[in-house]
Amino acid sequence: MIGLEHYLTVAAALFVIGIFGLFLNRKNVIILLMSIELMLLSVNINLVAFSSFLGDLVGQVFTLFVLTVAAAEAAIGLAILVSFFRNRGTISVEDVNVMKG
Amino acid sequence: MIQADLNIILPEILLAIYAMVALVGAVYTGKDRLASLMTWVTAVLFVLVASWIGVSGSGENVAFNGMFHDDAFSRFAKVTILLSAAAVLAIGQEYMSRRGMLRFEYPVLVTLSAVGMMMMVSAGDLMALYMGLELQSLSLYVIASMRRDSVRSSEAGLKYFVLGALSSGLLLYGSSLIYGFSGTTLFSGIIEAVGHGHVSLGMLFGLTFVTAGLAFKVSAVPFHMWTPDVYEGSPTPVTAFFATAPKVAAMALFARVLHDAFGGVVSQWQQILVALSVLSMFLGAVAAIGQTNIKRMMAYSSIAHMGYALMGLAAGTAFGVQSMLIYMAIYVTMNIGTFAFILSMEKDGQPVTDIQSLNMYSKREPAKALAMLILLFSLAGVPPLVGFFGKFYVLRAAYDAGLVWLAVLGVVASVIGAFYYLRIVYYMYFGEEGEVLDKGRSPILWGALMASAAIMLVGVVNLFGIESIAQAAAATLVN
Repeated sequence: MIGLEHYLTVAAALFVIGIFGLFLNRKNVIILLMSIELMLLSVNINLVAFSSFLGDLVGQVFTLFVLTVAAAEAAIGLAILVSFFRNRGTISVEDVNVMKG
Repeated sequence: MIQADLNIILPEILLAIYAMVALVGAVYTGKDRLASLMTWVTAVLFVLVASWIGVSGSGENVAFNGMFHDDAFSRFAKVTILLSAAAVLAIGQEYMSRRGMLRFEYPVLVTLSAVGMMMMVSAGDLMALYMGLELQSLSLYVIASMRRDSVRSSEAGLKYFVLGALSSGLLLYGSSLIYGFSGTTLFSGIIEAVGHGHVSLGMLFGLTFVTAGLAFKVSAVPFHMWTPDVYEGSPTPVTAFFATAPKVAAMALFARVLHDAFGGVVSQWQQILVALSVLSMFLGAVAAIGQTNIKRMMAYSSIAHMGYALMGLAAGTAFGVQSMLIYMAIYVTMNIGTFAFILSMEKDGQPVTDIQSLNMYSKREPAKALAMLILLFSLAGVPPLVGFFGKFYVLRAAYDAGLVWLAVLGVVASVIGAFYYLRIVYYMYFGEEGEVLDKGRSPILWGALMASAAIMLVGVVNLFGIESIAQAAAATLVN
């Protein structure tokens, strides 16, 4: 029987993978966008699992909002990435270094 | 029912409709030729809406089954946000249009982010909180990278986007845990589920994640790493915007989540806030010393100031929230004046951000140098200027709450921080003769600088009465 804990474990694992992808990745900014998406989707798994466990619809409504915002966020991220690529000619994470910080 | 709800959020609806109409209208007519006009119209609209909210609002109104709160606290924050956004639009307009940076999307995006901030400070539900926060953040990412032909600006936007999305992810993960362990997303339900005293482990994790996400938005150490780069890379008027309205909104949201949803378990989050506060104050003060770029220096300065505002919150009392509100109002006023000065720094028409270029500035423009001196002393918290009273309130809040050592550390950090503010004063009055900055020619920047400096002097009398307003605002939040 697959219970709430299993869903939460999967979601936590995906979330941690997303965070590590954000920090360890040195190659490509697209991978950063994918990591962000992974984090948001793991939250969705969490919300739907809780929603079904509690028998309460609010969690699923929340999921729909998160999905919508994630789409908007990806669109804006890609737009900024395109403008960065035009100026810099590369999308490597190592080259995002004009300013030190 | 729905009519009453809509009436309560009328200011937000009005601004949202204005933003969309302005966007579509400008696309089909004059595009960037209308940008200056739109900036002014937006600024005037902000002032009108702010005075409407400030004058007509009364009592505590709840809309949409508790998702949206219109109370004295949210009104205080909204008026501060709208007035500071209007001031930033006004001081930035000439700078941007002269350099061909002023696009008609700029006032539209500022309006949308202002709507998001108003949602944030009124949120009574995790969903409303998230949607408001994202509306604000997504607009800010675009504004940061608005100079599409500049590597720095698009890099600032990219960094802001990636770290902002990370913080949203942390906040959301925390929200999902809080929802799971309390069974509701309403703050009023969460505070009942949490109760007093003992908190379940899952709830504690949720609280920590949400705190971390919000700490990103207020740029508190150790979640501050985006701040200096974003401040440096963005166009200066945009930096001025980042340093004012979003900080107020994020701080007010912080207070709302902690007191509305977790007001019963102050001891659980107090230690997190104390740690954030101490780290921010010290890192802000120490790291600013080595900076040569005045925008980067202001970034570290804002990190340090957020540390003080968090100290007020860390007290966990009504007086703490009151002191935080007063601190933020004063901080915003000082920053608008300081950025008006930074916007007027230019050489041969090109903007200059090097601190060294201010050498012997007092000889050429004694009035502006004197106004900047007052602002810098106020930022440093030197008595008897208004900035000192902001610090005094948060220190007293911490002291009253039994956090004596936190107050002592705050004083030590403010002494360290005074060094880099006074260094600019030193350059302006006693530096060596070097490159000469142009004479400022913008009456708006001059006016904003002088007004801000005058407020720092005149406000000493009674802080313009914001003390009692902030007290009433804090009383609605903490009970």
